[in-house]
Amino acid sequence: MTVTPLVRVQAEDFDAKAEAERLTGGRKDVGALVSFTGLCRDEAGTLEALELEHYPGMAEAELTRIAQDATARWPLTGLTVIHRYGKIPPGDNIVLVVAASSHRRAAFEAADFLMDYLKTKAPFWKKEHFAETGKTSWVEAKDGDDKDAARWT
Amino acid sequence: MNIRYFAWVRERVGVEEETIDVPASVATVADLISHLKSLDDNHAAAFEEEDAIRVALDQMHVEPDAILGDASEVAFFPPMTGG
Repeated sequence: MTVTPLVRVQAEDFDAKAEAERLTGGRKDVGALVSFTGLCRDEAGTLEALELEHYPGMAEAELTRIAQDATARWPLTGLTVIHRYGKIPPGDNIVLVVAASSHRRAAFEAADFLMDYLKTKAPFWKKEHFAETGKTSWVEAKDGDDKDAARWT
Repeated sequence: MNIRYFAWVRERVGVEEETIDVPASVATVADLISHLKSLDDNHAAAFEEEDAIRVALDQMHVEPDAILGDASEVAFFPPMTGG
């Protein structure tokens, strides 16, 4: 039997530790837990915030479709995907994937697959807001992201 | 037909959402794009780079050759950049 993934799309922050504990608490069959957190980064020191726009309804539906693909493909004991929207300053969390399984390979691969697919298929768009100039700019999709996703086909 | 726009496609069209009477000759997503481009300068600018436009029919990704059929919602947006 495959597990039902937990998928959330929300403006508020998440607690990665609490989400990991949700997949391991009270059970003894979990041998591997992989948690990935994507954060808003500012390498140049010029970013005020990333603004994440999403397609309400489809964002949840698409993340659920991708998560269900992962649970069908790997023997997971639990899977959680949380993606935030709204204005997120550098250093804050954007996305969380937690995959639990009996063995490490399934957990590593499922989390990796989730992130690759999420980046190219989940309807979210990032707009950069720059601190000093007040200018904004849509982040462009990278060819490398499509190549990463194609690794799993 | 209800049409929704996101990210820079939304900014170029100038609205988030609109309801369009679609001519009977419009069968596919590509036909709909051609029709929208003919409406005004904003739509023409939004769909100028057709290769950069992604489409969802009733919240599922589709290719431009997809048949509109009885879909109630079409969304146009740039390649996604979440994660």
